[in-house]
Order: sequence, then structure tokens, then C-alpha cells
Amino acid sequence: MAANEQLAMLVQADRVHRAVYADAAIFDLEMERLFGRAWLVLGHVSQVGRPGDYFTTRMGREPVIVVRKDGGEIGVLVNRCAHRGAMVCAEGRGHLERFVCPYHGWSYDRGGALRAVPVPGGYRKENLLGLGLAAVPRMAVYRGFIFASLAASGPGLEEFLGPAKSSFDDFVDRAPGGELEVAGGVFKHAYNGNWKLMLENHLDGVHPAYVHASSIAAARGAPEPGAPGSEHYFDIAVRQMRQNGAPEALWESIGLWTTPRGHGWLGDYHTDKRLTGGDEHPVFKEYKKKLVQAAGEAEAERVLGVTRWNTIIYPNCSFMSQFRQLRIIQPLAVDRSVVHTYSFRMKDAPAQMFRDTVAFANVVNGTGSWVLTDDLEVYERVQRGLACAAAEWVYLGRGHGGDVDEADGVRRGASGTSEVFIRAQLNAWLDYMTKQ
Amino acid sequence: MNVEQFLYHEARLLDTQQLEAWLELFTDDAVYWVPLEANQRDGHHTSSIIHDDRTLLGLRIQQARHPRAHARLPLARTVHQVGNVMLLSEEDSELRVASTLQLVEWRQDKQRVWGALVEHRLRPAGGSFKIAHKRVDLVNSEGELDGIAILF
Repeated sequence: MAANEQLAMLVQADRVHRAVYADAAIFDLEMERLFGRAWLVLGHVSQVGRPGDYFTTRMGREPVIVVRKDGGEIGVLVNRCAHRGAMVCAEGRGHLERFVCPYHGWSYDRGGALRAVPVPGGYRKENLLGLGLAAVPRMAVYRGFIFASLAASGPGLEEFLGPAKSSFDDFVDRAPGGELEVAGGVFKHAYNGNWKLMLENHLDGVHPAYVHASSIAAARGAPEPGAPGSEHYFDIAVRQMRQNGAPEALWESIGLWTTPRGHGWLGDYHTDKRLTGGDEHPVFKEYKKKLVQAAGEAEAERVLGVTRWNTIIYPNCSFMSQFRQLRIIQPLAVDRSVVHTYSFRMKDAPAQMFRDTVAFANVVNGTGSWVLTDDLEVYERVQRGLACAAAEWVYLGRGHGGDVDEADGVRRGASGTSEVFIRAQLNAWLDYMTKQ
Repeated sequence: MNVEQFLYHEARLLDTQQLEAWLELFTDDAVYWVPLEANQRDGHHTSSIIHDDRTLLGLRIQQARHPRAHARLPLARTVHQVGNVMLLSEEDSELRVASTLQLVEWRQDKQRVWGALVEHRLRPAGGSFKIAHKRVDLVNSEGELDGIAILF
């Protein structure tokens, strides 16, 4: 196992060693020290609305069940029978009174307590007391988003999120009355590459012009977005793809912020005007009216004045508060990752806005997307390149030395294309891997 | 051309990468749909792997021809094997045709096999047909899938 000193040599000021992406032993250590310690985003409270609602997911390698307990609290249980270790709950989601193991029928209530075993005379009763589905040590909810940590101690959720909380605030505040729900299906895509490659891509303002050149060109050839009443259903996606082809000067001017925990976000990239066809569009006006009714004029103006593009919550989440898309990455192996992509519906916004979210998701973030598929192709090429031992270092020097420290540990990129967010992620990586 | 011959013709155009000619098989109001969920009812309230009208389908093909279409350059080589062709109904000069699809895809040393239930709505046109609606329900649509850059 790599000693801390050896790990520290892998992450340098403006470069990182390829082993961080390609060494299976380091991946094993990440599962223990990084995914085993950090707060991980698991989902949203709307996925477990009623007692008995549940969904399964993974925390690093641990299969877990997120469940609404009888008392209304949310539980995160390790999906492993206390008897012989079978995964008690099939993967997926649903509604259950009891979790019953398929092997010998051990049954657990919604809080994970053991309620029944078969032929109970075979046990001394006191030996069964205290058995159950183990609860994950820490669980917390921030504004409807469910987090958990496999570590019993460590910074609390709000401390972990730090200033990145503001992106979740933006996500929720944009919904009239703060009412959001997961809806519209879940894309599950995989790639033969390290989990970090996705997180190191979503705030990268240089790649779109190159990786997405083909979808930018196709979108430029698309019919112009229609006037109110004669829109095409794909207008929102075409707008987004065209925006990927924004001039260098725009990318350079975008605000890019990071935190010491490796979180980061891009601002100023989109305005609502670029998304919806303008402040005067009837759908946008109806939406704004709802927002004003729920929050007041001044608050509505403030909310709409926040412009966020992707936010990264290190190490397992990326989301677009303005487009209501959230991606959770699950590392399977050093060179294999799975991403689940969720869309959100604002319950009290015009129905057309959710149709736009669905159309956007299909074309931009979906498994058959014009945009995502090119990202995945590049992740796989990076992974193959980094498997090669002839060259050792990845160079991350863009903006290095020019980034600006702000309050609360926030560091702003020298420009919108600074690689400051990758440096921040790797600094956090090293911290998790070598401390505590 | 009978219905079966038409479906084989469509598959052949895809397998020989004649994507522009394939696009010409569709009516102007056509929808090409690969749902995300089993028994999905609608393409506007639930996401889809592909949910294209004729315009988007045309742009998708333009993208595939772009010199920097990284995930599509080169295009995957494919075999579309169409079977179990059944006429479901014939009304208002539109035929509903069910079939099954087995597809082998190969690109950059990755070979994948797909299976799907397919439904076409065909309109007779000039001794052949035009596709007004094509729905492809992949058996693994809800699975964890690598990126999809082919047409079914």
C-alpha cells in the first residue's frame, strides 16, 4: 500500500501523476479513504416521499438502501443481510413494508431492525437482539438533497459543503415555493474511464469547442428557435449546443470558483434569456409570476440574477441548478464508472418548463445524446492514454499562479478557463487520502 | 415492395451507412423514438435515449458526418437483423408493423449486441412505404449503458 509520502508526490502544484487515474491499488485506497470518508450525494427527498418508499444506490463499493422510515425520517441502510450477507433488496426503487432477504426470509423493518427470522427456535433469542441492516454512520439532508457518509466522524455536512451550498440554494430557490421533485426517468450511462475524468470535465471551458465541435456545427444548422407559440420542442437543446460554441472571450470571462473540499462551480455562462427565448416569453413570464407570488418581487429578482452552470460536489456529484439536472457518479473500478442522471420538475412552474428539461436531457445529457457521447469518447481516450507508462505526468498548468483567493477559502480561477478546479479537486483528493 | 422487403431495405441502408438515404424513408412529420423506460407512454414527460422529429434526425446525421464527430468517427459497423415481422393493424392508410431487432455493433475493439422490440407505422408511398413513426424498445434501455452513437 502506498505510503502517504508516496501519495503526496503524485499531486504537485501544476501536475498530477497518471497513477492517480490508472493504478488499481490507488483506486482501492480511494474507496476506503475518500469514498469512505467524504459526504456523498445520494439523491433527493422526493424519491422517498412516503414511509416505505426506497431506492438503492452505492456509496463507493457499498450497496445501500435509502428509505423513508415510519416516523418520516430518512434512513440509509447497508444493503446486506445480517445473516449470510446477501443483498436484501433488489436494485431499483419501490415501496415496501418490510425488507425480506430472499435467502432465508430474514425480515427487517423500514428502520433496518430485524423483525423476524424463520424457525426462530433455532436461535437463542438474546443473540438476535441488535442484529439488523446496519445504518450508514451519518446521514443529513440539505434543502431536500440527501447526503450520507460512511465515516462516523468528520466535518458536518454544512462545513463540508461550505460556499458550495449556494448552488443547492440556487437549485431550490429557482422553484416557486421551493417545490422540486425528481421526475422524467433516470439516464444511466457508463464509460471505461476513471471517475475523476467526469468531474474534471464539467467545469472545463476549453473543451466544448473541440470535443463538441460536431454538435455545435449541427446546432448552428438547426432551424432558428421559434417565436412564442411556434417553438420547436428541441429549441432549448439547440440553444445549449450553440452556447457550447460561444467565443473564447466569453469562456474566459466566466466566473469559476472552487472550495478547499474540491467543490467548484461556473457562473455567468447562461442567463434565462439564453435558455427560454427571453424575459418577455409567455412561459418565462408565467414562471416569473409564480416566483414573485411565492417569494416576493425582490427575492425573485435576486434568484433570477444568480447564473450558475455546472456545480461539482466532490467526489460524486455534478449538477446544473439552472437546468435542473443532477448527476451522481459511481466508481466501479479504476477504469470503469457509472453515472446516473436525474431531471427535476418544479412542481409549481409552467408545465412547458419540464418538457424543456426533458428535451434538454435527451439531447445534451442522455445516453444517446449528441453531446455526452463525445465526452465519453474522450474520457475513454484519456484513460487509454494514461494507461501508458512511457509518459508519467498530466499537466494542469492553465491559470496556475493567477488564481485569486477570496473569502471563506474560495479560490477564483484566473479566468473562466483556468484549471483551478482540477487543482482544487486534487488537493482535496490528497487531503482525504493522506489525512485523518 | 412488401412490408418485409421494406424493413430489410431500411436495415440494409443503416448497415451500409447510407444514412442520408435512410433519412429519406421518413415522412416530414415522422418521429423516431428509442424510449428510456419499459412501457413508456410519452416522449415529452419522460426522457428517451433518442426522441427525434424529422428535423432532429436530420441534424443527428449531419453531426455524424462532421470531421470532428469523435464518437462517430469512424461510424460503428453494424448488422441489423430484422425478424418476427407481423402486421398489427391497417387503418387510415397506415400500417402498424411489429418486428424484432437483433443488432451487432463493432467500433474500436468494442463489440456490443442489442435486442429490441420494434414498431413501425408505415404509409404506402409510390409502390413502397414511408416511415411515419418508428419505436425501438431496447431490452436493456433501463440498464447502465455505454454511450450510444448508432441508429437502431
